[in-house]
Amino acid sequence: MGGPFSLRRWARLFADYTLFLEGLGVTLLVAVLALFLALVLGVIFGLFSTSSFKSLRAVSRVYVEFFQNTPLVIQIFFVYNALPYIGIRMHEFLIGVLCVGVYHGAYVAEVVRAGITSIPKGQWEAARSQGFSYVQAMQYIILPQTVTIVLPPLGNQAVNLIKNTSVLALIAGGDLMYRADSWASNGTLSYGPAYVVTGALYFLLCFPLVKWVRAHELRIKDRDTRQHAAARAGA
Amino acid sequence: MIRLNGVFKQFGNLEVLKDISLHVREGEKITIIGPSGSGKSTLIRCINALEMPTSGEVFLNGEPLLASNRTGMVRMYCAMVFQQFNLYPHMTAMQNITLAPVKLQKKSKTEAEELAWHYLDVVGLRDKANAYPSTLSGGQQQRIAIARALATRQKILLFDEPTSALDPEMVQEVLDVMIRLSKESITMIVVTHEMGFARQVADRVIFLDNGVLVEEAPPQDFFANPKNERTRAFLSKILH
Repeated sequence: MGGPFSLRRWARLFADYTLFLEGLGVTLLVAVLALFLALVLGVIFGLFSTSSFKSLRAVSRVYVEFFQNTPLVIQIFFVYNALPYIGIRMHEFLIGVLCVGVYHGAYVAEVVRAGITSIPKGQWEAARSQGFSYVQAMQYIILPQTVTIVLPPLGNQAVNLIKNTSVLALIAGGDLMYRADSWASNGTLSYGPAYVVTGALYFLLCFPLVKWVRAHELRIKDRDTRQHAAARAGA
Repeated sequence: MIRLNGVFKQFGNLEVLKDISLHVREGEKITIIGPSGSGKSTLIRCINALEMPTSGEVFLNGEPLLASNRTGMVRMYCAMVFQQFNLYPHMTAMQNITLAPVKLQKKSKTEAEELAWHYLDVVGLRDKANAYPSTLSGGQQQRIAIARALATRQKILLFDEPTSALDPEMVQEVLDVMIRLSKESITMIVVTHEMGFARQVADRVIFLDNGVLVEEAPPQDFFANPKNERTRAFLSKILH
Protein backbone atom coordinates (compact mmCIF):
# COMPACT_ATOMS: atom_id res chain seq x y z
CA MET A 1 0.00 0.00 0.00
CA GLY A 2 2.59 2.58 1.07
CA GLY A 3 2.00 5.89 2.80
CA PRO A 4 -0.43 8.66 1.79
CA PHE A 5 2.22 10.11 -0.52
CA SER A 6 3.50 6.89 -2.03
CA LEU A 7 4.76 6.94 -5.60
CA ARG A 8 1.84 4.78 -6.69
CA ARG A 9 -0.63 7.44 -5.62
CA TRP A 10 1.26 10.14 -7.51
CA ALA A 11 1.32 7.96 -10.59
CA ARG A 12 -2.47 7.53 -10.49
CA LEU A 13 -2.93 11.26 -10.14
CA PHE A 14 -0.79 12.07 -13.14
CA ALA A 15 -2.60 9.42 -15.16
CA ASP A 16 -5.88 11.21 -14.41
CA TYR A 17 -4.51 14.76 -14.76
CA THR A 18 -7.09 15.84 -17.38
CA LEU A 19 -9.72 15.61 -14.65
CA PHE A 20 -7.86 18.17 -12.62
CA LEU A 21 -7.39 20.41 -15.63
CA GLU A 22 -11.13 20.33 -16.31
CA GLY A 23 -11.76 21.31 -12.71
CA LEU A 24 -9.25 24.11 -13.01
CA GLY A 25 -11.07 25.35 -16.11
CA VAL A 26 -14.41 25.42 -14.28
CA THR A 27 -12.83 27.21 -11.31
CA LEU A 28 -11.28 29.80 -13.59
CA LEU A 29 -14.50 30.39 -15.48
CA VAL A 30 -16.55 30.72 -12.27
CA ALA A 31 -13.92 33.08 -10.85
CA VAL A 32 -13.82 35.33 -13.92
CA LEU A 33 -17.60 35.56 -14.24
CA ALA A 34 -18.10 36.04 -10.49
CA LEU A 35 -15.41 38.71 -10.42
CA PHE A 36 -17.14 40.55 -13.25
CA LEU A 37 -20.46 40.36 -11.38
CA ALA A 38 -18.78 41.49 -8.15
CA LEU A 39 -17.21 44.49 -9.90
CA VAL A 40 -20.49 45.56 -11.48
CA LEU A 41 -22.40 45.22 -8.21
CA GLY A 42 -19.55 46.78 -6.25
CA VAL A 43 -19.39 49.88 -8.42
CA ILE A 44 -23.18 50.33 -8.40
CA PHE A 45 -23.56 49.89 -4.63
CA GLY A 46 -20.34 51.79 -3.95
CA LEU A 47 -21.77 54.75 -5.86
CA PHE A 48 -25.07 54.32 -3.99
CA SER A 49 -23.31 54.54 -0.65
CA THR A 50 -21.70 57.87 -1.57
CA SER A 51 -24.92 59.27 -3.02
CA SER A 52 -26.69 62.24 -1.49
CA PHE A 53 -29.96 60.23 -1.51
CA LYS A 54 -30.61 58.62 1.84
CA SER A 55 -32.64 55.77 0.34
CA LEU A 56 -29.82 54.71 -1.99
CA ARG A 57 -27.36 54.81 0.88
CA ALA A 58 -29.72 52.66 2.95
CA VAL A 59 -30.14 50.07 0.17
CA SER A 60 -26.38 49.82 -0.19
CA ARG A 61 -25.88 49.52 3.57
CA VAL A 62 -28.35 46.63 3.85
CA TYR A 63 -26.74 44.78 0.93
CA VAL A 64 -23.22 45.20 2.27
CA GLU A 65 -24.01 44.31 5.89
CA PHE A 66 -26.12 41.30 4.95
CA PHE A 67 -23.52 39.66 2.73
CA GLN A 68 -20.50 40.62 4.81
CA ASN A 69 -21.97 39.25 8.01
CA THR A 70 -23.28 35.87 6.88
CA PRO A 71 -21.09 32.97 5.70
CA LEU A 72 -20.84 32.32 1.99
CA VAL A 73 -21.48 28.62 2.70
CA ILE A 74 -24.93 29.35 4.13
CA GLN A 75 -25.75 31.56 1.18
CA ILE A 76 -24.78 28.86 -1.30
CA PHE A 77 -26.57 26.08 0.63
CA PHE A 78 -29.66 28.25 0.84
CA VAL A 79 -29.74 28.77 -2.91
CA TYR A 80 -28.92 25.13 -3.65
CA ASN A 81 -31.10 23.38 -1.07
CA ALA A 82 -33.85 25.80 -0.04
CA LEU A 83 -34.74 27.75 -3.16
CA PRO A 84 -35.82 24.63 -5.13
CA TYR A 85 -38.76 24.35 -2.69
CA ILE A 86 -40.15 27.54 -4.12
CA GLY A 87 -39.45 26.40 -7.63
CA ILE A 88 -36.13 28.15 -8.20
CA ARG A 89 -33.67 25.63 -9.55
CA MET A 90 -30.34 26.62 -11.02
CA HIS A 91 -27.33 24.80 -12.39
CA GLU A 92 -24.51 24.48 -9.85
CA PHE A 93 -22.23 26.50 -12.09
CA LEU A 94 -24.70 29.40 -12.18
CA ILE A 95 -25.22 29.18 -8.41
CA GLY A 96 -21.46 29.44 -7.97
CA VAL A 97 -21.16 32.52 -10.17
CA LEU A 98 -24.16 34.23 -8.54
CA CYS A 99 -23.36 33.47 -4.92
CA VAL A 100 -19.63 34.15 -5.08
CA GLY A 101 -20.23 37.26 -7.23
CA VAL A 102 -22.92 38.73 -4.99
CA TYR A 103 -20.96 37.91 -1.84
CA HIS A 104 -17.77 39.62 -3.06
CA GLY A 105 -19.77 42.45 -4.61
CA ALA A 106 -20.48 43.56 -1.04
CA TYR A 107 -16.75 43.76 -0.31
CA VAL A 108 -16.03 45.51 -3.60
CA ALA A 109 -18.77 48.06 -2.78
CA GLU A 110 -16.91 48.91 0.43
CA VAL A 111 -13.63 49.25 -1.46
CA VAL A 112 -15.26 51.55 -4.03
CA ARG A 113 -16.95 53.62 -1.31
CA ALA A 114 -13.68 54.06 0.56
CA GLY A 115 -11.92 54.99 -2.68
CA ILE A 116 -14.45 57.64 -3.62
CA THR A 117 -14.59 59.19 -0.16
CA SER A 118 -10.78 59.39 -0.09
CA ILE A 119 -10.84 61.89 -2.97
CA PRO A 120 -10.56 65.40 -1.43
CA LYS A 121 -13.74 67.48 -1.38
CA GLY A 122 -11.93 70.18 -3.36
CA GLN A 123 -12.00 67.93 -6.43
CA TRP A 124 -15.79 67.84 -6.33
CA GLU A 125 -15.95 71.56 -5.82
CA ALA A 126 -13.58 72.26 -8.70
CA ALA A 127 -15.69 70.05 -10.95
CA ARG A 128 -18.98 71.58 -9.82
CA SER A 129 -17.54 75.09 -10.13
CA GLN A 130 -16.79 74.37 -13.79
CA GLY A 131 -20.36 73.24 -14.40
CA PHE A 132 -19.82 69.48 -14.51
CA SER A 133 -22.90 67.49 -13.52
CA TYR A 134 -22.66 64.77 -10.86
CA VAL A 135 -22.27 62.05 -13.48
CA GLN A 136 -19.68 64.00 -15.48
CA ALA A 137 -17.70 64.84 -12.34
CA MET A 138 -17.68 61.14 -11.45
CA GLN A 139 -16.73 60.10 -14.95
CA TYR A 140 -13.94 62.58 -15.72
CA ILE A 141 -12.59 63.60 -12.34
CA ILE A 142 -13.49 61.39 -9.38
CA LEU A 143 -13.53 57.80 -10.70
CA PRO A 144 -10.25 58.04 -12.69
CA GLN A 145 -8.53 59.11 -9.47
CA THR A 146 -10.32 56.39 -7.52
CA VAL A 147 -9.17 53.57 -9.81
CA THR A 148 -5.49 53.86 -8.89
CA ILE A 149 -6.34 53.87 -5.21
CA VAL A 150 -8.70 50.89 -5.27
CA LEU A 151 -6.65 48.57 -7.50
CA PRO A 152 -4.63 46.99 -4.65
CA PRO A 153 -7.65 46.23 -2.42
CA LEU A 154 -9.52 44.99 -5.49
CA GLY A 155 -6.62 42.64 -6.26
CA ASN A 156 -6.90 41.25 -2.75
CA GLN A 157 -10.62 40.76 -3.29
CA ALA A 158 -9.91 38.88 -6.52
CA VAL A 159 -7.57 36.54 -4.64
CA ASN A 160 -10.16 35.86 -1.95
CA LEU A 161 -12.77 35.33 -4.62
CA ILE A 162 -10.70 32.73 -6.45
CA LYS A 163 -10.18 30.80 -3.23
CA ASN A 164 -13.82 31.10 -2.27
CA THR A 165 -14.99 29.48 -5.51
CA SER A 166 -13.93 26.26 -3.77
CA VAL A 167 -17.23 26.33 -1.83
CA LEU A 168 -18.68 24.95 -5.05
CA ALA A 169 -17.21 21.60 -3.99
CA LEU A 170 -19.92 21.47 -1.31
CA ILE A 171 -22.68 21.40 -3.90
CA ALA A 172 -20.89 19.18 -6.43
CA GLY A 173 -20.11 22.15 -8.61
CA GLY A 174 -17.52 20.48 -10.84
CA ASP A 175 -14.79 22.93 -9.89
CA LEU A 176 -11.17 22.13 -9.11
CA MET A 177 -11.73 21.41 -5.42
CA TYR A 178 -14.71 19.19 -6.15
CA ARG A 179 -12.87 17.22 -8.84
CA ALA A 180 -9.89 16.66 -6.60
CA ASP A 181 -12.02 15.57 -3.66
CA SER A 182 -14.21 13.20 -5.62
CA TRP A 183 -11.26 11.75 -7.48
CA ALA A 184 -9.53 11.04 -4.19
CA SER A 185 -12.53 9.62 -2.39
CA ASN A 186 -13.84 7.46 -5.25
CA GLY A 187 -11.63 4.43 -5.08
CA THR A 188 -8.18 6.01 -5.36
CA LEU A 189 -8.00 7.20 -1.73
CA SER A 190 -5.03 9.36 -2.79
CA TYR A 191 -6.08 12.37 -0.72
CA GLY A 192 -2.54 13.51 -0.06
CA PRO A 193 -1.36 14.07 -3.63
CA ALA A 194 -4.81 15.30 -4.68
CA TYR A 195 -4.93 18.08 -2.11
CA VAL A 196 -1.28 19.03 -2.56
CA VAL A 197 -1.67 19.37 -6.32
CA THR A 198 -4.95 21.23 -5.95
CA GLY A 199 -3.46 23.60 -3.41
CA ALA A 200 -0.54 24.22 -5.73
CA LEU A 201 -2.91 25.06 -8.58
CA TYR A 202 -4.82 27.59 -6.44
CA PHE A 203 -1.48 29.02 -5.38
CA LEU A 204 -0.43 29.41 -9.00
CA LEU A 205 -3.61 31.39 -9.69
CA CYS A 206 -3.40 33.62 -6.64
CA PHE A 207 0.29 34.24 -6.10
CA PRO A 208 0.89 36.33 -9.27
CA LEU A 209 -2.10 38.51 -8.31
CA VAL A 210 -0.74 39.07 -4.82
CA LYS A 211 2.68 39.91 -6.28
CA TRP A 212 1.11 42.36 -8.68
CA VAL A 213 -0.86 44.04 -5.87
CA ARG A 214 2.33 44.57 -3.86
CA ALA A 215 4.21 45.93 -6.85
CA HIS A 216 1.36 48.32 -7.64
CA GLU A 217 1.26 49.57 -4.05
CA LEU A 218 4.99 50.22 -4.16
CA ARG A 219 4.65 52.05 -7.48
CA ILE A 220 2.01 54.37 -6.01
CA LYS A 221 4.08 55.01 -2.91
CA ASP A 222 7.19 55.60 -4.99
CA ARG A 223 5.35 57.97 -7.35
CA ASP A 224 3.95 59.98 -4.44
CA THR A 225 7.37 60.35 -2.85
CA ARG A 226 8.96 61.41 -6.12
CA GLN A 227 6.21 63.94 -6.79
CA HIS A 228 6.46 65.45 -3.35
CA ALA A 229 10.21 65.72 -3.75
CA ALA A 230 9.76 67.40 -7.12
CA ALA A 231 7.19 69.81 -5.70
CA ARG A 232 9.58 70.77 -2.95
CA ALA A 233 12.45 71.20 -5.38
CA GLY A 234 10.23 73.35 -7.58
CA ALA A 235 9.20 75.47 -4.61
CA MET B 1 -24.42 90.87 -13.78
CA ILE B 2 -24.74 89.50 -10.23
CA ARG B 3 -27.50 90.40 -7.83
CA LEU B 4 -28.05 89.06 -4.32
CA ASN B 5 -31.35 89.84 -2.61
CA GLY B 6 -31.58 89.32 1.14
CA VAL B 7 -29.39 86.22 1.19
CA PHE B 8 -29.26 84.24 4.42
CA LYS B 9 -27.18 81.12 4.89
CA GLN B 10 -27.31 78.81 7.85
CA PHE B 11 -25.21 75.74 8.64
CA GLY B 12 -27.20 73.97 11.32
CA ASN B 13 -27.72 76.60 14.00
CA LEU B 14 -24.88 78.75 12.77
CA GLU B 15 -25.97 81.79 10.81
CA VAL B 16 -23.12 82.48 8.39
CA LEU B 17 -24.71 85.10 6.15
CA LYS B 18 -27.31 87.56 7.35
CA ASP B 19 -29.42 89.47 4.89
CA ILE B 20 -26.77 90.12 2.24
CA SER B 21 -27.86 92.27 -0.68
CA LEU B 22 -25.36 93.11 -3.34
CA HIS B 23 -25.32 94.22 -6.94
CA VAL B 24 -22.25 93.74 -9.13
CA ARG B 25 -22.17 95.30 -12.59
CA GLU B 26 -20.63 93.59 -15.57
CA GLY B 27 -16.86 94.09 -15.63
CA GLU B 28 -16.70 95.35 -12.07
CA LYS B 29 -13.84 94.26 -9.78
CA ILE B 30 -14.92 93.62 -6.22
CA THR B 31 -12.77 92.56 -3.31
CA ILE B 32 -14.33 91.13 -0.20
CA ILE B 33 -12.39 91.44 3.04
CA GLY B 34 -13.15 90.65 6.65
CA PRO B 35 -12.01 88.55 9.61
CA SER B 36 -11.86 84.78 9.19
CA GLY B 37 -15.23 83.20 9.79
CA SER B 38 -17.05 86.32 8.67
CA GLY B 39 -18.74 84.49 5.78
CA LYS B 40 -16.65 85.82 2.86
CA SER B 41 -16.06 82.44 1.27
CA THR B 42 -19.65 81.35 1.82
CA LEU B 43 -20.79 84.52 0.11
CA ILE B 44 -18.91 83.88 -3.13
CA ARG B 45 -19.75 80.17 -2.95
CA CYS B 46 -23.40 81.22 -3.07
CA ILE B 47 -22.71 82.93 -6.39
CA ASN B 48 -21.64 79.72 -8.12
CA ALA B 49 -24.03 77.42 -6.25
CA LEU B 50 -21.40 75.54 -4.25
CA GLU B 51 -23.70 76.66 -1.45
CA MET B 52 -27.40 77.34 -1.85
CA PRO B 53 -28.79 80.18 0.29
CA THR B 54 -31.14 79.18 3.11
CA SER B 55 -33.32 82.08 2.01
CA GLY B 56 -33.00 84.99 -0.37
CA GLU B 57 -32.24 85.04 -4.07
CA VAL B 58 -29.21 85.09 -6.33
CA PHE B 59 -29.48 86.31 -9.92
CA LEU B 60 -26.85 85.89 -12.61
CA ASN B 61 -27.40 88.02 -15.68
CA GLY B 62 -31.02 88.52 -14.57
CA GLU B 63 -31.77 84.79 -14.24
CA PRO B 64 -32.49 83.30 -10.82
CA LEU B 65 -29.95 80.70 -9.66
CA LEU B 66 -31.89 77.69 -8.40
CA ALA B 67 -31.10 74.16 -7.26
CA SER B 68 -32.76 72.97 -10.46
CA ASN B 69 -30.70 75.05 -12.91
CA ARG B 70 -27.45 75.44 -11.02
CA THR B 71 -25.27 73.17 -13.15
CA GLY B 72 -26.29 74.93 -16.35
CA MET B 73 -26.06 78.42 -14.85
CA VAL B 74 -22.60 77.82 -13.42
CA ARG B 75 -21.48 76.29 -16.71
CA MET B 76 -22.68 79.39 -18.53
CA TYR B 77 -21.44 82.20 -16.28
CA CYS B 78 -18.97 81.28 -13.57
CA ALA B 79 -15.43 80.10 -13.01
CA MET B 80 -13.67 79.84 -9.68
CA VAL B 81 -10.13 79.85 -8.34
CA PHE B 82 -9.73 78.11 -4.98
CA GLN B 83 -7.46 78.61 -2.02
CA GLN B 84 -6.17 75.03 -2.36
CA PHE B 85 -5.91 75.25 -6.20
CA ASN B 86 -7.89 72.00 -6.65
CA LEU B 87 -6.22 71.07 -9.90
CA TYR B 88 -7.09 67.59 -11.17
CA PRO B 89 -4.01 65.61 -10.10
CA HIS B 90 -4.41 62.85 -12.69
CA MET B 91 -4.20 65.31 -15.57
CA THR B 92 -1.42 67.47 -16.98
CA ALA B 93 -1.73 71.25 -16.87
CA MET B 94 -2.91 71.19 -20.48
CA GLN B 95 -5.54 68.53 -19.75
CA ASN B 96 -6.72 70.46 -16.69
CA ILE B 97 -7.25 73.54 -18.82
CA THR B 98 -8.91 71.86 -21.81
CA LEU B 99 -11.25 69.48 -19.94
CA ALA B 100 -14.19 71.85 -19.49
CA PRO B 101 -13.89 73.54 -22.92
CA VAL B 102 -13.91 70.13 -24.64
CA LYS B 103 -16.45 68.29 -22.51
CA LEU B 104 -18.82 71.11 -21.60
CA GLN B 105 -18.43 73.70 -24.32
CA LYS B 106 -18.03 71.15 -27.10
CA LYS B 107 -14.93 72.75 -28.50
CA SER B 108 -12.63 70.62 -30.65
CA LYS B 109 -9.42 69.47 -29.03
CA THR B 110 -7.32 71.69 -31.31
CA GLU B 111 -9.46 74.73 -30.58
CA ALA B 112 -9.32 74.09 -26.82
CA GLU B 113 -5.57 73.63 -26.94
CA GLU B 114 -5.09 76.89 -28.81
CA LEU B 115 -7.08 78.62 -26.08
CA ALA B 116 -5.02 76.81 -23.46
CA TRP B 117 -1.72 77.94 -25.01
CA HIS B 118 -3.00 81.48 -24.99
CA TYR B 119 -3.91 81.38 -21.31
CA LEU B 120 -0.72 79.53 -20.41
CA ASP B 121 1.05 82.55 -21.89
CA VAL B 122 -1.18 84.87 -19.86
CA VAL B 123 -0.06 83.16 -16.65
CA GLY B 124 3.50 82.74 -17.95
CA LEU B 125 3.66 78.93 -17.78
CA ARG B 126 3.84 77.82 -21.40
CA ASP B 127 6.72 75.48 -20.55
CA LYS B 128 4.63 73.64 -17.93
CA ALA B 129 1.87 72.50 -20.31
CA ASN B 130 2.73 68.82 -19.93
CA ALA B 131 3.58 68.90 -16.23
CA TYR B 132 1.41 67.19 -13.64
CA PRO B 133 0.20 69.41 -10.78
CA SER B 134 2.17 67.56 -8.11
CA THR B 135 5.42 68.49 -9.86
CA LEU B 136 4.59 72.21 -9.75
CA SER B 137 5.14 74.68 -6.93
CA GLY B 138 2.12 76.18 -5.18
CA GLY B 139 2.41 79.44 -7.08
CA GLN B 140 2.63 77.60 -10.39
CA GLN B 141 -0.34 75.42 -9.51
CA GLN B 142 -2.42 78.45 -8.71
CA ARG B 143 -1.45 80.12 -11.99
CA ILE B 144 -2.48 76.95 -13.88
CA ALA B 145 -5.75 77.02 -11.92
CA ILE B 146 -6.27 80.60 -13.07
CA ALA B 147 -5.57 79.58 -16.67
CA ARG B 148 -8.09 76.75 -16.26
CA ALA B 149 -10.69 79.21 -15.00
CA LEU B 150 -9.95 81.68 -17.81
CA ALA B 151 -10.07 79.08 -20.59
CA THR B 152 -13.83 78.65 -20.17
CA ARG B 153 -14.16 82.39 -20.95
CA GLN B 154 -16.88 82.93 -18.39
CA LYS B 155 -18.09 86.41 -17.58
CA ILE B 156 -17.73 85.94 -13.84
CA LEU B 157 -14.47 84.94 -12.21
CA LEU B 158 -14.53 84.18 -8.49
CA PHE B 159 -11.38 84.00 -6.36
CA ASP B 160 -11.59 82.39 -2.93
CA GLU B 161 -8.48 83.53 -1.04
CA PRO B 162 -6.22 82.61 -3.97
CA THR B 163 -2.95 83.46 -2.22
CA SER B 164 -3.69 82.31 1.34
CA ALA B 165 -2.23 78.81 0.92
CA LEU B 166 0.95 80.01 -0.79
CA ASP B 167 4.43 80.41 0.60
CA PRO B 168 5.15 84.14 0.94
CA GLU B 169 7.64 84.25 -1.93
CA MET B 170 5.01 82.93 -4.35
CA VAL B 171 2.23 85.34 -3.48
CA GLN B 172 3.41 88.06 -5.82
CA GLU B 173 3.59 85.92 -8.97
CA VAL B 174 -0.09 85.05 -8.51
CA LEU B 175 -1.10 88.60 -7.63
CA ASP B 176 0.71 89.88 -10.73
CA VAL B 177 -1.41 87.61 -12.93
CA MET B 178 -4.57 88.81 -11.17
CA ILE B 179 -3.59 92.44 -11.57
CA ARG B 180 -3.10 91.88 -15.31
CA LEU B 181 -6.53 90.23 -15.47
CA SER B 182 -8.17 93.15 -13.74
CA LYS B 183 -7.49 95.24 -16.86
CA GLU B 184 -9.86 92.96 -18.82
CA SER B 185 -13.62 93.28 -19.08
CA ILE B 186 -14.24 90.21 -16.94
CA THR B 187 -16.30 90.54 -13.74
CA MET B 188 -14.08 89.63 -10.79
CA ILE B 189 -14.96 89.00 -7.18
CA VAL B 190 -11.95 88.35 -4.98
CA VAL B 191 -11.99 87.24 -1.37
CA THR B 192 -8.59 88.23 -0.09
CA HIS B 193 -6.41 89.34 2.77
CA GLU B 194 -4.09 91.22 0.40
CA MET B 195 -4.95 94.82 1.15
CA GLY B 196 -2.43 96.17 -1.36
CA PHE B 197 -4.17 94.19 -4.08
CA ALA B 198 -7.61 95.36 -2.92
CA ARG B 199 -6.44 98.96 -2.99
CA GLN B 200 -4.84 98.62 -6.40
CA VAL B 201 -7.44 96.76 -8.49
CA ALA B 202 -10.84 96.98 -6.81
CA ASP B 203 -13.64 99.19 -8.02
CA ARG B 204 -15.31 98.51 -4.71
CA VAL B 205 -14.21 96.96 -1.44
CA ILE B 206 -16.75 95.11 0.65
CA PHE B 207 -16.25 94.50 4.34
CA LEU B 208 -18.00 91.53 5.86
CA ASP B 209 -18.09 90.92 9.60
CA ASN B 210 -19.95 88.15 11.38
CA GLY B 211 -22.10 87.46 8.31
CA VAL B 212 -23.18 91.06 7.88
CA LEU B 213 -22.21 93.32 5.00
CA VAL B 214 -20.91 96.18 7.10
CA GLU B 215 -19.49 98.58 4.57
CA GLU B 216 -18.85 98.94 0.86
CA ALA B 217 -16.96 101.73 -0.82
CA PRO B 218 -14.38 102.46 -3.53
CA PRO B 219 -10.94 101.56 -2.16
CA GLN B 220 -9.68 105.13 -1.75
CA ASP B 221 -12.64 106.00 0.51
CA PHE B 222 -12.72 102.61 2.15
CA PHE B 223 -9.12 102.62 3.33
CA ALA B 224 -8.72 106.37 3.94
CA ASN B 225 -12.05 107.07 5.43
CA PRO B 226 -13.92 104.02 6.78
CA LYS B 227 -17.31 104.99 8.14
CA ASN B 228 -18.18 102.05 10.31
CA GLU B 229 -16.63 101.43 13.71
CA ARG B 230 -16.08 97.71 13.00
CA THR B 231 -14.35 98.47 9.70
CA ARG B 232 -12.02 100.89 11.47
CA ALA B 233 -11.22 98.33 14.16
CA PHE B 234 -10.48 95.67 11.52
CA LEU B 235 -8.33 97.94 9.38
CA SER B 236 -6.33 99.18 12.36
CA LYS B 237 -5.47 95.57 13.15
CA ILE B 238 -4.18 94.68 9.70
CA LEU B 239 -2.72 97.95 8.37
CA HIS B 240 0.36 98.89 10.29
